[in-house]
Amino acid sequence: MSAQTQAGAATAPAPVAPLLRLRGLTKSFGAVQAMRGADLDVAAGEVVALVGDNGAGKSTLIKAVTGVQPADGGTIEMDGVPVSIKAPQDSAALGISAVYQDLALCDNLDVVANLFLGQESQRNGKVLDEIAMEKESRRLLDRLAVKTLRSVRSEVGALSGGQRQTVAIARSMLGDPKLVILDEPTAALGVSQTAQVLELVKRLRSEGIGVIIISHNLADVFQVADRIVVLRLGAVTGEWTAAPENRQAVVGAITGADIENGDEVTP
Amino acid sequence: MSTAPASPAPAFGPGDDTKEEHHRPSLADAGRKLLEGEMGSLRVIIVLAIIWTIFALANDRFLTAVNLSNLALQIAAVGTISVGVVLVLLLGEIDLSVGAVSGLAASVMAVLSVKNGWNPYLAIIAALGVGMAIGIFQGTMSTRLVIPSFVVTLAGLLMWQGAQLKVLGDTGTVNLSEPAITNIAGTFLAPWVGWLVAIAAIVGIVGSALLNLQRRRAAGLEAESMLGLIIRTGAATVAIIVAVVVLNSDRGVPLALTILVGIVVVMNFVLTKTRFGRHIYAVGGDAEAARRAGVRVAALRTTVFALASTFAALGGIIAASRLLAVNQSSGGSDLLLLSIAGPVVAGVSLFGGRGTVWAALLGALVIGSISNGMDLLALQSSVKFMVTGGVLLLAVSLDAVARQRRQARGRA
Ligand SMILES: Nc1ncnc2c1ncn2[C@@H]1O[C@H](COP(=O)(O)OP(=O)(O)O)[C@@H](O)[C@H]1O
Ligand SMILES: [Mg+2]
Repeated sequence: MSAQTQAGAATAPAPVAPLLRLRGLTKSFGAVQAMRGADLDVAAGEVVALVGDNGAGKSTLIKAVTGVQPADGGTIEMDGVPVSIKAPQDSAALGISAVYQDLALCDNLDVVANLFLGQESQRNGKVLDEIAMEKESRRLLDRLAVKTLRSVRSEVGALSGGQRQTVAIARSMLGDPKLVILDEPTAALGVSQTAQVLELVKRLRSEGIGVIIISHNLADVFQVADRIVVLRLGAVTGEWTAAPENRQAVVGAITGADIENGDEVTP
Repeated sequence: MSTAPASPAPAFGPGDDTKEEHHRPSLADAGRKLLEGEMGSLRVIIVLAIIWTIFALANDRFLTAVNLSNLALQIAAVGTISVGVVLVLLLGEIDLSVGAVSGLAASVMAVLSVKNGWNPYLAIIAALGVGMAIGIFQGTMSTRLVIPSFVVTLAGLLMWQGAQLKVLGDTGTVNLSEPAITNIAGTFLAPWVGWLVAIAAIVGIVGSALLNLQRRRAAGLEAESMLGLIIRTGAATVAIIVAVVVLNSDRGVPLALTILVGIVVVMNFVLTKTRFGRHIYAVGGDAEAARRAGVRVAALRTTVFALASTFAALGGIIAASRLLAVNQSSGGSDLLLLSIAGPVVAGVSLFGGRGTVWAALLGALVIGSISNGMDLLALQSSVKFMVTGGVLLLAVSLDAVARQRRQARGRA
């Protein structure tokens, strides 16, 4: 099969270690094996799309990387250095930030408080610097071209789905991340704002930031990604460049029609 | 969600969120805000005004300086306990042991000081230490073993009540005469000291409001209108002046009230201006979101339970100081229920994440006024309990309605 020629480390064996390297990640929820030895590399300035059917283990994989639900087994390396990610603080310290599928915002707090939650600016030692945070919030949201948010002091619970999504995305851009993970970031967005998010992803790439994006929308994926990795039943079954002619193969791998090829792909 | 709206959306943006446009403040708007709990403090002040009007009409002794002084003394202990209750409620948890902890702490203080001859200050510190240790224990049990705080503190309620009986031994009642202890509730500030405190408070309120306004303007951020600021700080100024005038015309500002207000001011600062406070609200709003954002949820919860038990211990000490004795029923009876009812009446949500620590003071005032007013009218306990219960139910209903309306509006 021609489609799988890009599989594995086909993208030239670079001498430098990738930004993120996952090897053999496993995770079980009771009897459910959500990840069965998942491998993934992401280089700095590379956009990797993670696709797969519902329940393939995509969200589980990213939660393992962010420490929200640490993996049971396997290794994670950042810049070639093995790291231990056991809690959200660990990934944050490594410069990993994420937008979760279920958003994870505090409805009772305003936009500014949500954006800075866990990394609040302080002045005079221990006092919250609301002014600095509010200014930075505006800058961030302007960068995301958010025109519809009337006040950054609105309570997040009172915002629409699209606005909440933008807040979650803006949150992940805060504090110079090295790797940004977006789990279904455009699910609640309209056409024009989806385009803005995809633009933003490209901008992150040009700034040398690594990006993992999960999406069900293959059109978006092929538009923005450098590489497309297919996850199926908790393991990577293949990867392709985002060339339009690979679309059939990706669809096949997602649905399992192409499973005999996928099985051959091992690092 | 994104493709739905029927309204002709502007060409730019997702177009599903124009509801905040064309926002004219109106009376209906203010009513909605009241109902939705956005102005919790204002709501409780209105409730308080109604209660005071009723009792003032029913009995002309109610609004006298002597009675209001007594009221201030009566609410100091329960208000202090309520400060801790507010912190716990903000987390979306509950602490049923605060009454028992207050009784145990008061007993420890009394026995160490009277029976064992300890220095009274050391006895007070030991009592506070017992409170804090209990809080750390209960918080750790609840967070590490993932037991609902309701259950842990219910068990605590029984255990600490038992410990109190044990500590008091067969004497049962310990009378307090040590000035260092009785002076806590027995001291009234000299008139000029009361004014000094009041002026400091007013300067603090107005100064910080102006400073904040000036900072925000300098940073080019949307700032509160001058009129709003004047109304807000003006109301606080008037309230402080009236309170000091009234209290000074009797025995003076009670030290115990000053302590309570001081605690509320400090905790209000902690809750609104520090990371720790921000994280309390975050955990109360969505604990999982807070955890993912890097908040150490378990440590935070344990700290809050430790604070709550420490404030409970302090409340117990203040109560003992006022009653000049500790006995087996100290901290018992309806103290627990009233210390929780107060903040809830004053707008702290039982669902977590909403409310301010001022609710401890305002709630204690509401509950205390009802109790005090009905005592003046010589009403029976049966009536008192039913009325207090009714007010609590009303407040909780308002909270629930507010929550439902928020949900209906927020995630349309
Ligand atoms: N917290 C959990 N408890 C139990 N099972 C889970 C949990 N999270 C995920 N799973 C299971 O793990 C599998 C992978 O889920 P997930 O990673 O959410 O898939 P995806 O994001 O690719 O749709 C599914 O079978 C799901 O039911
Ligand atoms: Mg998912």
